[in-house]
Formats: sequence, structure tokens, C-alpha cells
Amino acid sequence: MSLTTNDLKIIANKIRYYALDGIFHAQSGHPGGSLSMAEIMAVLYFHEMRVDPQNPKDPDRDRFVLSKGHAAPGYYAALALKGFFPVKQIGNLRKIDCVLQGHPDMKKISGVDMSTGSLGQGISAATGMALYGKTNKKDYRVYALTGDGELQEGQVWEAAMAAGHYKLANLTVFVDNNNLQIDGEVTKVMSVYPIAEKFEAFGFAVQKINGNDIEEVIAAIDKCKLQQDKPNAIICSTVKGKGVSFMENQAKWHGAAPDEELYKKAAEELETAIIELGGAL
Amino acid sequence: MSSTREAYGKAIEELGEKYPFYVFDADLSQATKTNLFAKKYPDRFFQAGIAECNMMGMAAGFATCGATVFASTFAMFAAGRAFEQVRNSIAYPNLNVKIAATHAGILIGPDGGSHQCIEDISLMRTIPNMTVLCPSDAAQTLPCVEAAIKKEGPVYLRFGRNASPDIYSGDVQFEIGKGYQLRDGNDATIIAIGDMVYEALVAAEELSKDGVQIRVIDMPSLKPIDEELIVKAAKETGIIITAEDHNIIGGLGSAVCEVTAQFCPVPVIRVGSKDLFGRSGSKNELAEYYGLNSQTIIKAYNLRKKMISKK
Repeated sequence: MSLTTNDLKIIANKIRYYALDGIFHAQSGHPGGSLSMAEIMAVLYFHEMRVDPQNPKDPDRDRFVLSKGHAAPGYYAALALKGFFPVKQIGNLRKIDCVLQGHPDMKKISGVDMSTGSLGQGISAATGMALYGKTNKKDYRVYALTGDGELQEGQVWEAAMAAGHYKLANLTVFVDNNNLQIDGEVTKVMSVYPIAEKFEAFGFAVQKINGNDIEEVIAAIDKCKLQQDKPNAIICSTVKGKGVSFMENQAKWHGAAPDEELYKKAAEELETAIIELGGAL
Repeated sequence: MSSTREAYGKAIEELGEKYPFYVFDADLSQATKTNLFAKKYPDRFFQAGIAECNMMGMAAGFATCGATVFASTFAMFAAGRAFEQVRNSIAYPNLNVKIAATHAGILIGPDGGSHQCIEDISLMRTIPNMTVLCPSDAAQTLPCVEAAIKKEGPVYLRFGRNASPDIYSGDVQFEIGKGYQLRDGNDATIIAIGDMVYEALVAAEELSKDGVQIRVIDMPSLKPIDEELIVKAAKETGIIITAEDHNIIGGLGSAVCEVTAQFCPVPVIRVGSKDLFGRSGSKNELAEYYGLNSQTIIKAYNLRKKMISKK
């Protein structure tokens, strides 16, 4: 049974809600990029990907690699809502006795397909997974999500070269193009533009979409599945801190936890959005 | 007499029949000898191009799918350039990637300091989950490679470029975590790896002419290391000389010191690169220049004996 666009919008906001819940209780973590990618995560885990929380290591499952591993709270929220582990566990994010590490750890966390955190490395792992799948005639698909600042890492382009070389049509790379990184605007720190042309030059089929629009994300993934001989890149224009008024487009919310007052305000905004969409926490 | 890199190439070619592993290389398959495997199993060999960091990541991605993968390049680029990829994408998730690094050490010859990796054992030894192996001759290489395949988790394998004399023959045993005593003696112990095992045997033979009986141990498993054998040697012989084609900082010498310091403190004299970068030259010239030969081992022993007799 597939979910409606409205259902997925509700899930995206729940991902935001629980990501912030984790970050607030940990008093550390990365809200900005967790919020900007929420629609992508909602579509992947609740509409698109063939994954089963009861059989998280199924060799034929679709894979997801969060190359921008610092957005782990948003990832964990999606996995928990999907049923890989209890949602209440997110409240113990980054705690010494909790499996939910500051960055994704495939050995500890059910549903995590690759340990990431050091930027630039996830795309290589995803490329390896896709190449393994192609080599062994598996029909699973591999999705990876990278930040736009992350594109400054040279390894991303080594991986892109390999994905293009091996014509990995089963690979889709999302770029969470929210234009901000820790030290400020991507264009001021070290411009990664033009992004689409770079991926095209490495042999990718490239789409540019609004990554905070559920329908556009679904349509873009559907288009990737038609691709026969090229890896896919979906450049997702997104808003960093999306869904929380005071965090939107603010670089300072890349890696800072809100205090209690701001957390309550953020939680209230997200809860209101969920209720307005007809959902409930 | 052949090189351990050639023996590695032949080993994966042979073992490829028995085990369904994959091999990656970074445009050095002629030199690392993975071309032998590539020729026999073209569907299980992947070229990463001159992009070692991505090669390690792709190998990790393969391993997450349940595969055992060999990733080969020169030691400099495997342990050096791709250190952090090996650490974070392979060792941290404890994946089944075997990093098979050839052209390690100064004795690779004329390529010079940029390519003579003297830091790899140190770098790899310090990563949690990592096993570090260095076979000392061609005959030991096959069982060493097979042990790496059977070992769950990441393994770093160190191979030399040039032909080195045969140490072993027949059905060679190899076990991770084990050292092998090649010669008995109670006046001192030489613990060596790689090419230096042969030099250790030559040194022991020379010293025996003066009535000195030297124990010689081949220590191909650097991590885990054979603590029991080291402690026994320390207790029974009182002096240990280590010999390695690697920086004396962080390599075999350090690994042995870590054991003796904790369980049986004895003098440990470390023969190897004395924290110096390499340079171009022939293998023999470099062995002479950097003291990577039996003569240096003998001098080290005699100097130590003189110091003791002065006390």
C-alpha cells in the first residue's frame, strides 16, 4: 500500500521533529542538514526503497548511504519511523550507552548500510555497492546522499569517475544543495559550481529539482529507473534548516543544538505543521 | 628466489579457484602482479584507475555486500594516501577488505624516497580491527594470503618489490599471531621481517663462527604479534635485535619493545631506517647505505656486548 503525497509530507515533518528531539537531548549534533533532507528521506524510506526492518541485512535490499554522515539525526529518525528501532531511542542520541552514534555506524545500528561521517567517502562505498550489484546481476538499487559542501572533497569525483566508467545505472546520488556549510555559503568558502555540469562531465544523467518537494523527488527517482547506462545525480535545491523558522538558511545551525526555549519553539512549529497536514505525532 | 609481490600475484591466482574473492587495483596491476588474477578471472577484477582513496571505498562497498575483496597498490598509496579511507571506510566498520600492498620499504630500489614507504606498518598497526602481516619469502606468501582470506575483517599485507632469498621450503605453515623460530641460540635473539629475515640468518651464521649462538625469529604477523615467543626470547637470551626494512619508529622494533617493556624488559636494538627517508639506488647499495643488512645486525650485537662488558 503506497502512501499519499500528504502522508509523505507528514513523515518528512516527523523526521524533522525527531531529528531535533535527538539533537536537543544530546545537546549536540547537526540540525541544518538533517532538516533540509527530510523529504528525500521520507520518499526513499516510505515510498521507494525495498527495505524490511525485520530483515535489515537482506542481500537483495535496496541500499542507502548517507555520505553527509553528520545528518545522522535525520537518518535515524527515518529509520526509527520505518521500524528499524524504537523512536524513543532517538532521545539517547550520542549518549555513551546508546547505539546511535554521532555519525552512522553500520555495525551498531539496524538499517544502516554503511558507516560514514568522514566526508567524501560514502559515494565511493555506494559506487562499490552498485558495482557489486551490477556484477552479480542483482536488481537492487543504491542511493547515496551527499552535501553540496561535501563536493569539495576530491574523492567524490574519483567515485563519480568510477560510477560513470562502470555505467552504474543502479546508482542514484542525491546532492542536498542547501548552499551552506559550516563556515558559511558554499560559494564563498569554496565554490562547487557548476554542480550539474560536473556530474554530466563524469558520465551521469543529471536532474535538477526542488528537494523539499515530495512530488518532485518521487518523479526524479522514477526517471532514474528508466536510465540504462548512466549513473544518476539528482541535484536537490533545498533549504538548510527547513521547517523551523529561525533555522532556515542559517549556517550557524549547521552543527549547533538549540537550548530548551528554542527547542520548544521548533518542536511546536513542526507539530503544528504535522497537525495542519492532518497528521499526529 | 623470487619477490613476495610475485608470490602474492601467484597466490591470488591460485586461491581464486578455491575462494570467491574480488580484486581491485589502481593502475599498477603489472607491478602488484594482480594482472595474473585479472587474466584468469576477468569478471572478478576491477580497475579503480589512479584513485586509491576511491578504490578503498569501492572495496568497502563490495565488502558490505558480503564479498571478500583484495585492494592492491603500492604500500605508499595504500597505507599512506588512503590511510583515512582504510581507517574509516574499512577498519571502522570491520569490513572484509584485504589491503595487499607491494613495493614496501627502502629496498624497492631506484624509485627513490617518494615511493619507499617506511611508515606503513606503523600506520596500519595503530588502526583498531586491523591485522598486519608481512611474509618473509615467496613460499610463505601463499599460506599468508590464505590466512588473510580466512580471517574475518581487514588485513594489511606487506610485500616487497625485489627478489629475496628463500627461507622456507615444502609445506609452509602460517598462522596469524605466530612467530617462527628459525635458529636456536641463547646469546641474543634477532627478530626480523621481510627481506631482513635472510640477513638475520646470515648474521647469526657469521656470529656462530665466533662461538656466539644467536636465536633467529621470523615475525610475519606484526599484529597480532607473538608475545609469548618474544617474552620467551627476552627471558632466555637477554638481548633482542629487531631488523626491518621500515622506520625503526612504529614498526617491528616498536612492536617488540611494546611487548618487552610490559612483560620482560631487556635491551632491544632496532635495525632499520633510522627515521630517514629513502633515496634512489640499487637494492644492494641501499641496503649498505641504510644499514639494512647482516653486517649492521652483527655490529649492533657486538656494540651491545661491548657496552655490557664495560659495566
